[in-house]
Amino acid sequence: MPDSNNAIELKGVTKRFGSVVANDDVSLSLKKGEILSILGENGSGKTTLMNMLSGIYFPDEGEIFVNGQEVTIRSPKDAYNLHIGMIHQHFKLINVLTAAQNIILGLPGPQRLDMKSVDEKIDELTKKYGFELDPEEKIYNMSVSQKQTVEIVKVLYRGADILILDEPTAVLTPQETERLFEVLRNMKNSGKSIIIITHKLNEVLEISDRVAVLRKGCYVGTVETKRASVESLTEMMVGQKVTLNIDRPDPVNPKPRILVKNLTVRNREGLLALDNVSFDAKSGEILGIAGISGSGQKELLEAIAGLQPIEDGQILYTDPKDNIEDLTKKSAQEIYQMQIRLSFVPEDRLGMGLVGSMGMPGNMMVRSYRNGKGPMTDRKTPADLSKRIVERLDVVTPSIDTPVRNLSGGNVQKVLVGREIASSPVVLMVAYPVRGLDINSSYQIYELLNEQKKKGTAVLCVGEDLDVLLALCDRILVLADGKVTGIVDARTATKEQIGQLMTAGASKKQEA
Amino acid sequence: MNLIITFIQQAIAQGIAILFGATGEIMTEKSGNLNLGIPGIMYMGGISGLMGGFFYELNNDNPNKWVGVLCACLCCAVASAIGGLIFTFLTVTLRANQNVVGLALTTFGTGFGNFFGGSISKMAGGVGQISVATTASGFQTPIPGLSKIPFLGDVLFHYGFLTYSAIIVSLIAAYILKKTRTGLNLTAVGESPQAADAAGINVTKYKYVATITGSVIAGFGGLYFVMEYLGGTWGNNGFGDRGWLAIALVILALWNPANAIWGSLLFGALYIIDIYLPGLTRASQEFVKMSPYVVTIIILIITSKRNRPEQQPPASLGLSYFREDR
Repeated sequence: MPDSNNAIELKGVTKRFGSVVANDDVSLSLKKGEILSILGENGSGKTTLMNMLSGIYFPDEGEIFVNGQEVTIRSPKDAYNLHIGMIHQHFKLINVLTAAQNIILGLPGPQRLDMKSVDEKIDELTKKYGFELDPEEKIYNMSVSQKQTVEIVKVLYRGADILILDEPTAVLTPQETERLFEVLRNMKNSGKSIIIITHKLNEVLEISDRVAVLRKGCYVGTVETKRASVESLTEMMVGQKVTLNIDRPDPVNPKPRILVKNLTVRNREGLLALDNVSFDAKSGEILGIAGISGSGQKELLEAIAGLQPIEDGQILYTDPKDNIEDLTKKSAQEIYQMQIRLSFVPEDRLGMGLVGSMGMPGNMMVRSYRNGKGPMTDRKTPADLSKRIVERLDVVTPSIDTPVRNLSGGNVQKVLVGREIASSPVVLMVAYPVRGLDINSSYQIYELLNEQKKKGTAVLCVGEDLDVLLALCDRILVLADGKVTGIVDARTATKEQIGQLMTAGASKKQEA
Repeated sequence: MNLIITFIQQAIAQGIAILFGATGEIMTEKSGNLNLGIPGIMYMGGISGLMGGFFYELNNDNPNKWVGVLCACLCCAVASAIGGLIFTFLTVTLRANQNVVGLALTTFGTGFGNFFGGSISKMAGGVGQISVATTASGFQTPIPGLSKIPFLGDVLFHYGFLTYSAIIVSLIAAYILKKTRTGLNLTAVGESPQAADAAGINVTKYKYVATITGSVIAGFGGLYFVMEYLGGTWGNNGFGDRGWLAIALVILALWNPANAIWGSLLFGALYIIDIYLPGLTRASQEFVKMSPYVVTIIILIITSKRNRPEQQPPASLGLSYFREDR
């Protein structure tokens, strides 16, 4: 029997996307008037689970109870009617309108807008919970944290009693985070129930009453925050070691290829994304890069590829003939013109890696369009290359001219990796190469990476699955909060050791 | 003095057709639809209104001018609404490219106008023989009394009811956009259909209603031209490029129908100023006729330099919206 003291109760909720199971038989509950953290690595299904509460997805199996009543949530409107409000990671605000206009958007009411009384009602809400917000300010003049405030007030204005916040602190400075937590505590004290999705352990310990942990779509368990520690939560998050049967040949004659010295990078919000990072990547080895997502992995690869402005530090490249080139502050175009064979398989495959509406030859030409005689581009070579990739990598596609966005995730990745290794790279960088792929495709990608390694390529592989990194890589570099917290030998390291390095920053903050 | 009065009257007469078109296009663009079919829809509105009046007068020995006006207005509204419906169905429901559909609709509308214009010319006995004098006189009736005031009456109260309607419709549209819930929601749809959808606004409904309403408003610009300006006759391609001027005026007005009122006067004045400037050769006349477009380009440059978000086109103008597109 569902407990009516629970604001929300999920029972056996399962959600599949094609063959990928995003949530597998998840059961958890949110008590009235508490703050519950949902903790898990990227891809562990936290957001998918919450999207089923906010009406964006519909569960394949399972039951949802709100205040003890079984409910069906088919749209965001249904969720509002149940007084559930979700604050998404990507804000849904209209830039040219004011905060107040955004807040009342789509609400029923008299035709003639009475902004004065709307403003008053907003002021009342902001005063009650301790927000700072000028209802007449335009969104485009606002900082990220102010926009977040608008989103929260929007949900409260619509009468939400249950708030779900998806990674609310990802874009905030520590001071702004502190202020947000203050507001969340005020809301809790006035009886609201709050779910906060996060992967930052120190925040979990600071704000929540209970923590529910998800791992790879499965529910691991819920613990009282009082009884939890960084170590115990890390263990729940990463889980027990799973033995994987991935081939790992020994590196042959490794030579340094990429040397990064004291690299410092700021992201678009001006926050420190990489802080004094130094390491080297050698030929014939796979260097894994581990870390909780958002620790600077993306910026690191993009800085090497020439896509990210560098604030400080140096990136040196040694070619197979032992000539050293300086890649610092070179753009991707300049690196290409220096004839450095650097390949990058980005995390965002269909955004940054491939053009979704084009077929395979067109996508091959993204790299080779400069080749050809005179003003004509060479179309035959890319078409031949596409056919070879289809054959060699078993790409399942109706024809090479099918737009790549119509292919399944695994095949899209094969097209992208196939293109990148076709240029026989000296350095190959891959970000989350198997995200969203099924087991078979994943193993095919591992094999491709190993093949490159045997050819003497220096492979950098950003991954989220520690079991895979431990089985595939030769060395693993661990990033935490943009700093290198360790470089370990993957043959001897343990999962716990890496897990602790990943959260090293968090435990330090705890002590401080 | 007389020359100035004539100039002002002519400028207003030229401006009103453009004002209808611009107001309609602003309402349409506010929903995120860039309807380049407006010039064609104005042709459709014009010829359909003319046909309404023509067949009413043809079948009645003793036609009443106000019944003729009603027939013309109804036919104009229905034809323009169908034009807008074609555009919305293709671009919103079938998600076809808005530019392609718009341009096709303009080509179609112009041909539609010329074809039926030619047909009823033939029925009337030859080119230039169409005359719906009774109905047109209804459209041309000035405000009784007030139009008799010297100077002011000539400048301000000398026009038919469509002229005043154009200004009133623009003011109402401006009020809706700025002050009402519907206007706020409409703005949201044009700026970010994703955000509007998440806020529970029916994006498809808003796009349909705004685009069809906008097309009807624009269609009356064609009707105004045929009835009040030409006095109820038809010349092939007679409407000229006024439809495109209306779309240029949308930019000049910075998507605010109230601005379109003075903008249309400016455009109307620039459109005919070559006749009133003494000493122009044939070539320099054509040069002066470019001025409305030059003004539009200058305004575009200034507003993009100043880069005020409120003065930019709706953020998702020209893009089709599909909820499952992520």
